[in-house]
Amino acid sequence: MLHLILFLAFGVVCVAGAVNLLVQRHPINSALSLVVVMGSLAAEYLLLGAEFVAAVQVIVYAGAVMVLFVFVIMLLNAGEEERTKGSRVAMIFGIPGMLVGSLLITWVLLEHSGTQSVAVGALPGPPKTLGWLLFHDYLLPFEVTSVLVLIAIIGAVVLAAPPESARRKD
Amino acid sequence: MLSIETFVAISLIKTVIALFVLLTAVAYTVWLERKVVGHMQNRWGPTRVGPFGLLQPLADGVKFMFKEDLIPPHVYKPLYIAAPMLAVVFALTSIAVIPVGNSISIGGIQTSLQITDVNIGLLIILGVTSLGVYGVALAGWSSNSKYSLLGGLRASAQMVSYEIALGLSLVGVLILSGSFSLREIVDAQSGTYLGFIPRWNIFPQFIAFFIYLMAAYAETNRIPFDLPEAETELVAGYHTEYSAMKFAMFFMAEYANMITVACVASLLFLGGWHGPLFGPPLLQALLPLFWFGLRIFGFLFVYIWIRGTLPRFRYDQLMAFGWKFLLPLAIANLVVTAFVVAIRS
Repeated sequence: MLHLILFLAFGVVCVAGAVNLLVQRHPINSALSLVVVMGSLAAEYLLLGAEFVAAVQVIVYAGAVMVLFVFVIMLLNAGEEERTKGSRVAMIFGIPGMLVGSLLITWVLLEHSGTQSVAVGALPGPPKTLGWLLFHDYLLPFEVTSVLVLIAIIGAVVLAAPPESARRKD
Repeated sequence: MLSIETFVAISLIKTVIALFVLLTAVAYTVWLERKVVGHMQNRWGPTRVGPFGLLQPLADGVKFMFKEDLIPPHVYKPLYIAAPMLAVVFALTSIAVIPVGNSISIGGIQTSLQITDVNIGLLIILGVTSLGVYGVALAGWSSNSKYSLLGGLRASAQMVSYEIALGLSLVGVLILSGSFSLREIVDAQSGTYLGFIPRWNIFPQFIAFFIYLMAAYAETNRIPFDLPEAETELVAGYHTEYSAMKFAMFFMAEYANMITVACVASLLFLGGWHGPLFGPPLLQALLPLFWFGLRIFGFLFVYIWIRGTLPRFRYDQLMAFGWKFLLPLAIANLVVTAFVVAIRS
């Protein structure tokens, strides 16, 4: 019972943070709302019994990625964004479209996912089980993903490095 | 199984005791620092309030509370007020998962000397400390002053950089003990090598220990890594615009973080509360606490010693040291440890 209450509470916090992210006009407030979203998602994972994923969510997303977002906003000293009038088409079709789309996804997930609901702790959650799955059962996808990440890192370094002409001057 | 009322009552009592001890320790670490650095620089440190200046922390606390809490007109108020609170909350949260000894039983109720034993204890500490940077970064930004902003920028870049080396240095210990639970990591260090050397992780993982220590000094913004508040160039860095209790909160957060680092280093590398037990049962029950406290005191003393000895890094040296020295070293240590463990099993 307490579980369900907490789950719903964090769910509400998560959605409220996401809405606040869009409503806020200052970039730093939006970034902090995103931190709240990440944090409450971590709490949801924890309540579902995925403690390792929850901790990693906090460390990686809230603790590292969002710190970099905040860093960039501070560095550029980004000011308040100005509201545009917005296109009327987006208002008329966008919001109902989003509502219909999310309802459709929910319905599909509920009706056709095979299992209706899973008991807490039924899926792999402890670090040991997760490690075994990653490095044994799903080793190939894991390694392919790591190569992808490596490519992204190399690409970032190449893009960030000063161009050849600038380097020769030193 | 405990009933929910007893569980809540026990948790509350433990939390209150832990917070009281932690905050007292924070206050007296400040005293210790002033005293030790004073003696190193051929001064006396605080002497006026109480014997050996022992009541100085209380006097400071009273002063902080009664000072005028000045909020400059040019700050972004919501975050300016929230930042010191965030810093202190994240700094104090980690104590919840730190064990200080084995379980005790009082009046038939068995309870462990830890607020809560979770099987991802170490990850929680890493997560909470990585969130701690928001306090510093937001304080720097919301103050709307160039010195504060530079301090905040430096803090966030430095903490994100050193977090990687810090995390990687701990993985070696995790491989050796096979658990994220701080209690299990300490239990894995009981016993001895060759009959007389204790089985502490510092012996097989001495490289990781030094990486951890250096990265942790950078994470807590202490000399020689105190660039976010470098007073010779940035006035006071991220807390330039803060006064009274809000300033004191940053101070408390910094010292609480130092104590957390000392706790984690003792638990992971120095066998936690293990030590020789002797004497009557009551003494035997209290000795683990004493041994643990002694290790923490040792780490805090080294912190202060380094502060009294080393100059500050230049910023590019700081970044080069973190990325080009500590990080490769941590990765090499991790690979070697993993190989040795894999060959042995």
